[in-house]
Amino acid sequence: MTTPTTWRPRLADGTAPVLAVLAVLLVALAFTGPAYSEPTGYLALLKRAAPLVLLAIGQYFVIVSGGFDLSVGSLVTAEVVIAARLIDGQESATGWVIVLLLGFGLLVGLVNGLVTTKLLVPSFIVTLGMLLILDGAVFLWTGGAPRGALSPSFRVFGRGGVDLPVLGHLPWSVVILLVVLVAAVLFMRGGTGRTLVAVGDNEKAVRLAGGRVDRLKVLAFMLSGLLAALAAILLGGFAGVSAQVGQGLEFRAITAVVLGGVLLGGGRGSVVAAAAGALTLEALFSLLNLLGVSGALESAVQGVIIIAAVAYAALGVNTRLRLRRRAGTPEPAPRQ
Amino acid sequence: MTAGGEVVVRLTGITKSFLGVPVLRGVDLELRAGEVHALMGENGAGKSTLLKVLAGVHRPDSGQVEVAGRPVVFSTPREAQEAGIAIIHQEFTLLEHRTVAENVYLGREPVRRGQVDRRKMEADTKELLDWLGEDGIDPAAPVSGLSVARKQVVEIVKALSTDAKVLAMDEPTAALADQEVELLYDLVDRLRARGIAILYVSHRMREVFDLSRRITVLKDGAFVTTAPTAELTSDQLVRHMVGRSLDALYPDRATEAELGDVRLALRGAGNDRVRGVTFELRSGEVVGIAGLQGSGRSAIARAIWGVEPFTTGTLELDGVPRRVTDPRAAVRLGIGYVTEDRKGEGLALRQSIRDNALLVRRAALPGSRGRKRSDLTALLESVAVVARGEHQEVRYLSGGNQQKVVLAKWLAVGPRVLVVDEPTRGIDVGAKQAVHRLLRELARTGVAVLMISSELPELIGMSDRILVVHEGAIAGELPAGASEEAVMGLATGHGIGEVA
Repeated sequence: MTTPTTWRPRLADGTAPVLAVLAVLLVALAFTGPAYSEPTGYLALLKRAAPLVLLAIGQYFVIVSGGFDLSVGSLVTAEVVIAARLIDGQESATGWVIVLLLGFGLLVGLVNGLVTTKLLVPSFIVTLGMLLILDGAVFLWTGGAPRGALSPSFRVFGRGGVDLPVLGHLPWSVVILLVVLVAAVLFMRGGTGRTLVAVGDNEKAVRLAGGRVDRLKVLAFMLSGLLAALAAILLGGFAGVSAQVGQGLEFRAITAVVLGGVLLGGGRGSVVAAAAGALTLEALFSLLNLLGVSGALESAVQGVIIIAAVAYAALGVNTRLRLRRRAGTPEPAPRQ
Repeated sequence: MTAGGEVVVRLTGITKSFLGVPVLRGVDLELRAGEVHALMGENGAGKSTLLKVLAGVHRPDSGQVEVAGRPVVFSTPREAQEAGIAIIHQEFTLLEHRTVAENVYLGREPVRRGQVDRRKMEADTKELLDWLGEDGIDPAAPVSGLSVARKQVVEIVKALSTDAKVLAMDEPTAALADQEVELLYDLVDRLRARGIAILYVSHRMREVFDLSRRITVLKDGAFVTTAPTAELTSDQLVRHMVGRSLDALYPDRATEAELGDVRLALRGAGNDRVRGVTFELRSGEVVGIAGLQGSGRSAIARAIWGVEPFTTGTLELDGVPRRVTDPRAAVRLGIGYVTEDRKGEGLALRQSIRDNALLVRRAALPGSRGRKRSDLTALLESVAVVARGEHQEVRYLSGGNQQKVVLAKWLAVGPRVLVVDEPTRGIDVGAKQAVHRLLRELARTGVAVLMISSELPELIGMSDRILVVHEGAIAGELPAGASEEAVMGLATGHGIGEVA
């Protein structure tokens, strides 16, 4: 560089707004609900939000590399139903069923990824198809009423917690969430993660630079599937078995990611912001709940958020350009 | 100086700042009917902003705009359009799946009994096309089937359909193939003959000298001069633009001592587009490939890179026969390729300078933790990228700086062979020189450089040898400093020095 590097916070573009919104909501919660006058209230919120945050992180990998994963909601349902049926209350089955569930999530992601990259079907269609297939399969298998039951040790991940020194009692879901988040951040800072974002920006450039674009995209879908499986394990323990447990979660995850300022179509956005988006969404729903707003409004609120967030991002481009001119960058405005 | 017809547009003392940063500092410009007026300056000199002032996109802070002798103030682009000023942008604004006539009258369709009057629309379009002498274009044909040159004609007709008296063309040849440029020359000539004033923005010296009657030069937002083209030499023009003389236009060529062993050797290599390609490339050498557009010169380069690989013959790297089946294989063997399509193939525009510079290393050679952060900083310094910092997105950089990032991306993996395709396309004079110097320095470190350029002076100025490609085969080899005639002779299928 021929000009000195000025210090800038290492937040990806678009991260700051969602953190601000989240902070406002958390403060609002403190004023509204007595439960939030103590850390335990927030811990409960974090525990509730954990499955959605995991799904949002998975969705982030797919969106930032230029795709969509609409199949995660149905995948969550399928996983929970499968778990209940296979475990059927037996403690001894818990271990291998969990391994199987994670494997199934990876497999669904692998299929999504391979069909997208090898058969060149847009991921929106592939995962929409997968959503319907999984839905249908669950219905066929259960006839609408899932059978079997989860074992207590399976439900521990969604319900129980662990006593840690210094931190005190932490729900397992929060521990899992933090581990996944840290792993995701490290992954996105590494070469593979950065290349994944570049794929969402300009796939051709990455391929011509010697990158294995197809592999990276498949990896993104597999991570999304894996995290959906993990979310299902938490949700099964937390909410129990039903054929509706994952309903609408794919859109909720996409809303969270968009709320986090991640660009639809890929190429921009941070995984922390996507996770913060999920937390924000959950905090908002909790606040509305406390204010006595009907839960039926949730999907409408979600709809407004997704449109507003994308509109904000679109407006932001022009604003950013003006700011850059103010900063005196000699370059002409980029031609869009 | 009698510069054609009456003055249609006169700008005097135009200034414009964006939030305190002056971009134009008192620019004068006068356009006469039937005149081709070239606007020149390095990137960032203020050309684009001046065009936007003319087009009513920006309002000047001070200064006066006169159209046909009357002062005007444009508050919207539409008002400028109504005053007869049209801009042809670098990127086309056509709807691919609609017809020529629909595009020309987009948003202003003639209506008859509540329906779009297709017949009138097509007849009017036809009339305009005929007037321009472009009767080969069918108004009812969809735009998607037209060549790039014809799409440009449609853009121009679209502008003329609003009764434009002034046509500003921003880098009109950037998207055109060599042969199409000739067609554009003809078209510009016809427009001029019909009394349209043309403001022609281009980086290409030859076009400016071929086409324009007068040249206005801007530097750092300030007006430098307006002079009749006939009274300027290209050297003077460059001096006006960069404010200094580019005395040594090209770096010194390699001496015999700097040339090393054969790095890359092709023997009888071929595929669908080229055949029997045989040549050697030595370490330390810059070899130019000349040829007309479509001759196969880029096909050879892309085959070496593994995009459309060779299917016959052999490729040796440092004496070892290798099979290059895809770009990944090429990259891992140490072959780098600077593409001619910087934005489409070279850069991830929304990513930072740093991420782009590391793209090849991360994508093709993961686990190579050789260089540290400071090494990358040093690398970016050595290519002299001008930016606010490593984390600035590359889309905000000028073309020249973007190209330097593309070079850095390859330098970061230390290639043995670097193929560069049109390395200075669309970048300004100063950056061009920097790229030339960089390529030569790279060769001095032992890299073998293969350079493709359709700018003959550049190719001749840079190359230690020149290979000329004609119809998919190498037609001949010329030594350093060959004449343009010799190159063109081979490139067009004649002998050396006999151009038809």
